Amino acid sequence: MIKQLVCAAACALALPAMAEPDPKDWDAVLAEAKGQTVYWHAWGGSTATNDFIAWAGKRISEDHGVTLEHVKLVDTADAVGQVVFEKSAGKDAGGAVDLIWINGANFASMKENDLLFGPFAEDLPNWELVDYENKSAVRNDFTIPTDGMESPWAMAQVVFYYDTARLPEPPKSMGALAEWAANNPGRYTYPQPPDFLGTTFLKQALHGLLDDPSILQKPASDTTYDTVAAPLWAYLDGLTPSLWRQGRAYPTSGPQQIQLMADGEIDLAISFSPGEASTAIANDQLPDTVRTFVMDGGTIGNASFVAIPYNANAKAGAMVLANFLLSAEAQANAQDPNVLGYGTVLSMDKIGEEGRAKFDALDLGIATITPAELGAALPEPHPSWMTRIAEDWVSRYGVTQ
Amino acid sequence: MPAIGREDWDLSAFRALFTWPGLPEAARLSLFTGLIATVLSLAITTLILASWHGTRIAHWVEAALSPLLAVPHAAAAFGLAFLIAPSGWISRALSPWLTGWERPPDLLITNDPNGLALIAGLVAKEVPFLLLMSLAALPQIHPRRCMIVAQTLGYGRVTGWMKTIFPQLYKRIRLPVYAVLAYSMSVVDMAMILGPNTPPTLSVQIVRWSSAPDLAQLLTASAGALLQAALVVAALALWRLAEHLARAPARRWIGTGVRSKHDLSLRVFALILAAAIAIALFGGLLGQLIWSLSGFWSFPEVLPDQLSLKTWSKQAPGMANPALTAVIIAGTATAMAVLLTIACLEAETRLGLYPGRKAMLLLYLPLLIPQVSFLPGLRVLLVQVGIGVHLWPVVLAHLVFVLPYVFLSLSDPYRAWDTRYTRAAATLGASPSRIFWQVRLPMLLAPILTAAAIGFAVSVAQYLPTLLVGGGRITTLTTEALALSSGGNRRIIGAYALAQTALVVVGFALAILVPRLVWSNRRGMKGLA
Repeated sequence: MIKQLVCAAACALALPAMAEPDPKDWDAVLAEAKGQTVYWHAWGGSTATNDFIAWAGKRISEDHGVTLEHVKLVDTADAVGQVVFEKSAGKDAGGAVDLIWINGANFASMKENDLLFGPFAEDLPNWELVDYENKSAVRNDFTIPTDGMESPWAMAQVVFYYDTARLPEPPKSMGALAEWAANNPGRYTYPQPPDFLGTTFLKQALHGLLDDPSILQKPASDTTYDTVAAPLWAYLDGLTPSLWRQGRAYPTSGPQQIQLMADGEIDLAISFSPGEASTAIANDQLPDTVRTFVMDGGTIGNASFVAIPYNANAKAGAMVLANFLLSAEAQANAQDPNVLGYGTVLSMDKIGEEGRAKFDALDLGIATITPAELGAALPEPHPSWMTRIAEDWVSRYGVTQ
Repeated sequence: MPAIGREDWDLSAFRALFTWPGLPEAARLSLFTGLIATVLSLAITTLILASWHGTRIAHWVEAALSPLLAVPHAAAAFGLAFLIAPSGWISRALSPWLTGWERPPDLLITNDPNGLALIAGLVAKEVPFLLLMSLAALPQIHPRRCMIVAQTLGYGRVTGWMKTIFPQLYKRIRLPVYAVLAYSMSVVDMAMILGPNTPPTLSVQIVRWSSAPDLAQLLTASAGALLQAALVVAALALWRLAEHLARAPARRWIGTGVRSKHDLSLRVFALILAAAIAIALFGGLLGQLIWSLSGFWSFPEVLPDQLSLKTWSKQAPGMANPALTAVIIAGTATAMAVLLTIACLEAETRLGLYPGRKAMLLLYLPLLIPQVSFLPGLRVLLVQVGIGVHLWPVVLAHLVFVLPYVFLSLSDPYRAWDTRYTRAAATLGASPSRIFWQVRLPMLLAPILTAAAIGFAVSVAQYLPTLLVGGGRITTLTTEALALSSGGNRRIIGAYALAQTALVVVGFALAILVPRLVWSNRRGMKGLA
């Protein structure tokens, strides 16, 4: 009797763990996913991404009977916060978040605090199509190994866009940028750190200013930090007075730069998407004289991922969605500048004739540069650099009026 | 917070807060913008009423400004920003023929370091609120009788009004004024759009901390939220002190019998101020309407090259469901708030059960404590007691914010209702219920509907309660609008701002029209008494 009770109790305890879907048994995942609703928490500030997510929802509903609800975030950290709150309230199953569009510091933070489900990413069927041999960013998120805890779905790389009607020859190095800004005060700015695109500009600048940027791949230490960051502060001290509004105000997000450029306030802006300018032209947000370029010496690149919280309610459905996002169909659609204009994580050699044809058919748009012009992406620095640099930026330029 | 490995009690969060170099400036900004905006809002409201109340022009001002209460704060802020920015409408209208600007000048107008643009936005939004609150309370004071006495004694309009009516009115609108002060100090959406950002006001910085990827900053945000609450309490205490100090000189001034000669210029000035507010809000809305219909629109064109329905046809299908959800939540929360308020007030009159100071403080606490200070805790509580994502916890969370506003707008007219009517009706043999249903309720129909419309507007505009209690799954027009506004696309921001405004305008239109229709044959019920 007692034995049976103990067994029953043990089984009851073990059940939730056994019920976790295993991506190696994909048919079981598909069967479990059918009829599930996946709440994908993703930034909702761009109608282009919202439309793409709606499209993905339609497709996985047709193919796998999975319903997708897009929870539109102002900030990815809101979804992280939701999981934190659920964990602090003891809600370890049936959580509100099934999938998060994530990378960088948010991922590092969730991974470190054991808030994620997995590993699952490298067991998804479509992982075989991913170009992990050449695109190291799909396995190293800001130098943090992903360990299969998040699945890549888009590549991003720093580019700059400019209006040829006002700026025929854009500056192609950090030195040239400062010189041009000094001669044309008020025509350049960047999103206010700690906004991720703003901190990316700081990283890009630091990369261009260092003789040996490889030090950025190691964690920052008290001894290295001051010496390494010194040229950045010297550079920014020179640049800031010639920034838009003399650096007394900054745009709060990347897309706000589009409006500033359309208004003629600025001539040059940073972006994380080679197709962003083309998409904006197609939406009447920018004049068709805008073009894109990369700086000499290459630019920083990274990948966007999706991750599943440890207490997600529809883990199987979330994996089906993550796998669909890695299909040639979804990747080619995301690369279309009329849709998203995001770079693909797939290898053209792995996706076969039919898959390649989907990519070849794309019209990349008037302001998009080719992968060859884009060049190889520089790796993201270790997150510890960015945390410190963003903090110091705030005390140097963010609170001084 | 054990979920992120913090289980001990310590003061590290406060240390982090106080080592943030922007803290003194951010706290100063919150105090400065909040106090100045409240003083200006109260002064302008008083001046408009003193100059024109009871005249035909007052009806024009009332008709122009009351619907503006319906403009959500974020929409008003975006509208104002588009008017006054260097690339905005005013600059476009004057360029290049007058200014010579082919490109927008590099001027810091919005996001200025002293928060002047933020103060302007707050004043434009709070004057209509205080005006409506005053208009609801004024009939109880019998302003016409006071004015006849004052004018017989040879006082001019403005001076006479200030001396006889303002002291009585201020007593009745004191709580709304406190709410304006607390709100202005802790506003987030308006401060993000119009306020400075190097550093921002304290409330904006709290939101930034709470959405930082470094989870330890959640704790800094909580410490900041406590400081914010303390600042609001300090400002309220300061205000009360000022009230107290002003009492004696004000009495002396009333007693001196001085008759001012500047009445006419003051009245013209009041009219200009009212017009400026109406233009700021209407102009801002019009600007957003045109943006929502525009193709590419460059500086310094006053109008876009081409108009199209592209934005609306793309956004409208997605707006229907959030709009419906907003109406359901706001309708339920408002109905509950009105019922609760009337029940409380009726208990006062029938049973003499007056709420004590503590009860009133409890009711108004949600208005005085910044939302970021207690909503995260409420959310943890909801999850802990096992309440998942439903509509009704969101409705209850909205009720917490709607109830004080409804109580605030209804209690004064309700209490100030002339009890001689009760006595007259009771003398005629009416029971307390009959007096309530047939005398009191009909006579108070206008203030009840006004209170309901305000409650509805407050609910529709709620962002944080909907987001946090709804776990992000309950989407209303406001949550959609804020998610999209982070993308900075003026076309979409404009479309959502108009949709939000339209929703609330319907509520106010009903509140104004219904009593006029019902009482079209009763001159004394039209608020002219």
